[in-house]
Amino acid sequence: MFSKHIIALWSYRGFILGSLMRDFQMRYRKSVLGSLWAILNPLATILIYTVIFSQLMKARLPGINDTMAYSIYLCSGVLTWSFFSEIIQRSQNVFLENANLIKKLNFPRICLPIIVVGNAAVSFSISFGLFLVFLIFLGKFPGWIVLAFPVVCAIQAVFAIGFGIILGIGNVFFRDIGQGSGILMQFWFWFTPIIYPISILPEAIRSLVLLNPMVSVVSAYQSILVYGNQPDWLSLASTALLAVLVCFLAFHFYKKRSGEMVDEL
Amino acid sequence: MTILRMHHLGKAYKQYPNHRARLAEWCLPWSKPRHHLYWALRDINLEVSAGEALGIVGMNGAGKSTLLKIIAGTSQQTEGNINAAGRVAALLELGMGFHPEFTGRQNVVMAGQLFGFQVDEIQELMPGIEDFAEIGNYIDQPVRTYSSGMQMRLAFAVATAKRPDILIVDEALSVGDSHFQHKSFRRIRNFREEGTTLLLVSHDRSAIQSICDRVIVLHEGKIVKTGPPDEAMDFYHALLSERDVKLIRQERHAYGKLQTISGRGDVSVAEINLLNEEKKPVYAVETGSSVTLEIKAQIHKTVPEMVMGFLIRDRFGQIVYGINSYRLGKSMEHLSAGDQVTGRFSFEMNLGKGNYTISTGVSRQESHLSENYEWRDAGLVFSVYNTKKPDFVGTASLDAVLTVEHLPSRQTPHSFEQGQR
Repeated sequence: MFSKHIIALWSYRGFILGSLMRDFQMRYRKSVLGSLWAILNPLATILIYTVIFSQLMKARLPGINDTMAYSIYLCSGVLTWSFFSEIIQRSQNVFLENANLIKKLNFPRICLPIIVVGNAAVSFSISFGLFLVFLIFLGKFPGWIVLAFPVVCAIQAVFAIGFGIILGIGNVFFRDIGQGSGILMQFWFWFTPIIYPISILPEAIRSLVLLNPMVSVVSAYQSILVYGNQPDWLSLASTALLAVLVCFLAFHFYKKRSGEMVDEL
Repeated sequence: MTILRMHHLGKAYKQYPNHRARLAEWCLPWSKPRHHLYWALRDINLEVSAGEALGIVGMNGAGKSTLLKIIAGTSQQTEGNINAAGRVAALLELGMGFHPEFTGRQNVVMAGQLFGFQVDEIQELMPGIEDFAEIGNYIDQPVRTYSSGMQMRLAFAVATAKRPDILIVDEALSVGDSHFQHKSFRRIRNFREEGTTLLLVSHDRSAIQSICDRVIVLHEGKIVKTGPPDEAMDFYHALLSERDVKLIRQERHAYGKLQTISGRGDVSVAEINLLNEEKKPVYAVETGSSVTLEIKAQIHKTVPEMVMGFLIRDRFGQIVYGINSYRLGKSMEHLSAGDQVTGRFSFEMNLGKGNYTISTGVSRQESHLSENYEWRDAGLVFSVYNTKKPDFVGTASLDAVLTVEHLPSRQTPHSFEQGQR
């Protein structure tokens, strides 16, 4: 069932890679600083969270008496969340944005969400690379455990793309989804312990928040980058399972509605 | 060898009264269907063989683009099945996906990748594409600086860089200057000779008749006529004025040619004769001879007024000449059922040698689109031969007269003066 799509993807690898390169060029074309902007934006994010929270507000993580720890905590949550939300926001529009191509040309449409993930991965690796440099500079590099990081990223990306495709197809039929998902993402962000540590939540709410599949992902990032600890593999595994399930669902939803979707575009 | 086969193909669009109805149908498992189906195509059965050129004609909304989209693979059929063997290239929307900020070369690569080519393949094809598009150094300039003709040429060059097995050509092709049009048609012809199947959508009768082997007429989502180009185009022409398939009849002449008759039938043409100088009916006439076209109309229902006319078409279906009683200042009024009206058009047959067909029309007003009593395509077939005049090419006999003036290059001053006079 999937092999047909894998073959199609492989034969269109040139298109996928080319699109990634073109999208990157497109973004910084006609700007004097060019791809320097790709660095300046995440740099600003890192600086703001460091200066405002740890230096001005002197906020501290419970149990760690180090001003830098909270800013690392913030960055490891915020940067990875933006990877997640970029995939979702872009993939919910991917079919609408490429309506012309889809209607006029016959090519494997599965390329489109792959390009979305690839684009998000490019900007995320730049911002995360900067963050690693920042950690080395502070002498807070977590060590070998950082190798667990890509695994968590992969789980997150699979979950995001599955969810994003479902939203993307739905958005073709009901534009409410495009409007509503912005609100959903805001709530989701604040119901995930990114800005605050989960320990400050009251017991009753904490068990509710733990149902959120993104909690295990974000806390895995935090435990790797802030504490240098192994992530909680068990809870990650349940999220991974959910991610695969969501992708499967997305695939079926696509198969069922793709014909109707082209008529609707 | 059949390369494209459609069996019982149909396409329906779902129409919902509102958005909520769709949501209810999706989400409530017990919900009855809340949409109704609009069938854009129904029960299409068609086999096209390799190397064949198939023309597709039909009015707006007949289902032509839906059919092409299904063949191109961008739209999914609702019922039936379709089998296309080989690569399909569609010249539906040329210049699709060109990005204005990127150079022509970058856009060629991107378009090629969308067609599924690898970069090294595209690099191999690049010189040919540059050569065909004839845009010179502009290839390395951003596409937004191109004229629309340049964009078109580049897009055509990319889309046809590799010979496809099935090529879909929409009318869009009639863009660009005539030099490029000829060049692109030459390329399409070459493809055909090498075995490409051509699907051509056009309203241009001569394009269809000069290229296609077979034509299908689509009407309200169904194939209403399949046949040789001239017969199918006559049928389509009748359909344009009639819009009701049931009122169109096609009858075969004794000599094998199919005539197409449409109209309300208040009046019918009972007889069409081409008379020579001796008033004898003939099927072949000498170029330049005096002839009379006799059209006998039978009145079946009383009509207040009538215009009678005829058209002469060449073998490509191009109109060579046409005129009617209104333009000739003759009126036919107050005609009762049972009357017979004969019109005799006398003229000189100043046509070149070849075969021609005559279409006749009787209608209330000048345009047969108004109240059409009867339109008859290919009502008479005749040929013109040329034994008396010097042999010439073309359909118009213009009787050129030649005078020659020869000035020798070595001239004496005296003869030069004479030449000046």
